[in-house]
Amino acid sequence: MIRFDQVSKRYPGSDEILRKVSFIIAPGERVFVTGHSGAGKSTLLKLMAAIERPTSGTVLIGNQNTSQLRPAAVPFLRRKFGLIFQDHKLLYDRNCFDNVALPLYINGVVGANAAKRIRAALDKVGLLNKEKAMPITLSGGEQQRLAIARAVVNRPAILIADEPTGNLDENYAAEIMALFQAFQQVGVTVIIATHSVLDAAASRCKRLKLDHGQLICEMPESDQTKADTDITPELPA
Amino acid sequence: MKQWLNQHSRALLLILERMRRNWPSTLMMACVMGVTLCLPGILYVVVDSLDRLAGNIQGEPQISLFLKLELEPKTISEIKRRLTQHPEIKNYQFVSKEKAWQQLKHDKNGADMLASLEQNPLPDAFLLQPKAQTPEKVEKLQKELQQWPGVELALVDASWIKRLHAVLELGNKAIMVLAALLSFALVAIIGNTIRLQILTQLEEIEVSRLIGATNAFIRRPFLYAGVFYGLWGGLVAWLILVSIISLFNYSVADIAELYSSQFRLNLPSWRIGLVLIVSAISLGWLGSYIAVQRSLFNQK
Ligand SMILES: Nc1ncnc2c1ncn2[C@@H]1O[C@H](COP(=O)(O)OP(=O)(O)OP(=O)(O)O)[C@@H](O)[C@H]1O
Ligand SMILES: [Mg+2]
Repeated sequence: MIRFDQVSKRYPGSDEILRKVSFIIAPGERVFVTGHSGAGKSTLLKLMAAIERPTSGTVLIGNQNTSQLRPAAVPFLRRKFGLIFQDHKLLYDRNCFDNVALPLYINGVVGANAAKRIRAALDKVGLLNKEKAMPITLSGGEQQRLAIARAVVNRPAILIADEPTGNLDENYAAEIMALFQAFQQVGVTVIIATHSVLDAAASRCKRLKLDHGQLICEMPESDQTKADTDITPELPA
Repeated sequence: MKQWLNQHSRALLLILERMRRNWPSTLMMACVMGVTLCLPGILYVVVDSLDRLAGNIQGEPQISLFLKLELEPKTISEIKRRLTQHPEIKNYQFVSKEKAWQQLKHDKNGADMLASLEQNPLPDAFLLQPKAQTPEKVEKLQKELQQWPGVELALVDASWIKRLHAVLELGNKAIMVLAALLSFALVAIIGNTIRLQILTQLEEIEVSRLIGATNAFIRRPFLYAGVFYGLWGGLVAWLILVSIISLFNYSVADIAELYSSQFRLNLPSWRIGLVLIVSAISLGWLGSYIAVQRSLFNQK
């Protein structure tokens, strides 16, 4: 469970990026975070993974308050997440296989067992034939998929994706969204920040819409009519 | 436990692979460390060899006991008796003034000198070997003998050995100081090398942190790098040390024979080698630990 309670965030020297944001994400839910560019979507996701700390309010992951976490406990909290960063954060000095291997190594999984899981993850995003390629030789969309493979290889309980389909054509975007849905179906909590078009399946999901740091609507999964009216004007963004 | 082993073996392999790929700089580093470390090693071997040499000579310290002129024969025989009974004295030899006079006359230089003298100026004397070997005990004995009635002067003829020992003691201290200074330099050199390696891997470190790497995980490969630099450096130092000593002994053999001396530099024992390598490894570890700590964990 992820719970934000009156969370405000202000970077050193900046205005308030998030203002008194409160919501709850239950385990196994699929949630979209939407909003204009600069609305604070990435910031929200960073607060979940304890990459940033709230200026005020509390962020609870499970029952851990990220503000009160000992520094030594932070890495173990982060291992619960599969993170897909907006700028990918791939390592360009090693091939695809080794990029995906990193989270496993961090967890002490090596050897044949690791190789099996790495290939499975690469296969899922359609990059199995590129295992030896360097990331710099991949297209933008391929790099994005590589980042997804790295995020899911460790079978995290919570998947956090920041603009995972930004560089993908519709087909691949739909495929990736289907992939996330598949993860949700095996019990993974999926949180996706996006401003691309949401398909019909996605529009049934909970949506956190940010506007200048304020959460302006939070739709329960059942509330479908409201969802449609609220989201439609935003689609071209 | 298995996880822990996996992480260590991976960091180890990673570093060995990296060092193999950059073997010229690895070799360079090993040579720098090796040369630096072998300096105190060489000094140690020299001092150690001289120490053993001094140990051999020091075996026979001698005390010369010069008696007062014009002594009664009774006093002389009293001294003889006391020398015989003294527990600290191995053996002694009486040299009468006549005998010394004769001996001096036989000596060519002495004869010239004595030609101008009318009568024997020499005192009676005892030459004695103490049982004690250490300079301190011999000195104590000398002081005691000095107090005896009829004794003009008790002289230890091995005082140069004491001086040699003092010099060797100084040598040992010099080794300590040199070793400390060079250790400092090595820690700095290794620290700097590791720091540069960290700079080339900031991205990997950042990403690893973001996806849940512990500090230990991030530190580990660099610590292994430091340890291996130390190991290679220690091995190179050992190699240099053994070659230098062998070379020296080879070329000194002829000269030593000429002087009918047995002087050789002793090959250092494996224990010294172990100390050398272990300290190199510790210095490598320390250097990289400091570097990692400073460049990764303080900037936050
Ligand atoms: N490290 C930072 N320091 C200072 N300001 C920051 C920092 N990161 C983000 N901001 C500011 O916070 C605001 C929100 O940023 P954020 O990345 O959360 O937006 P976003 O909703 O993800 O936008 P986009 O859709 O373009 O990715 C921006 O105005 C940005 O300038
Ligand atoms: Mg963003």
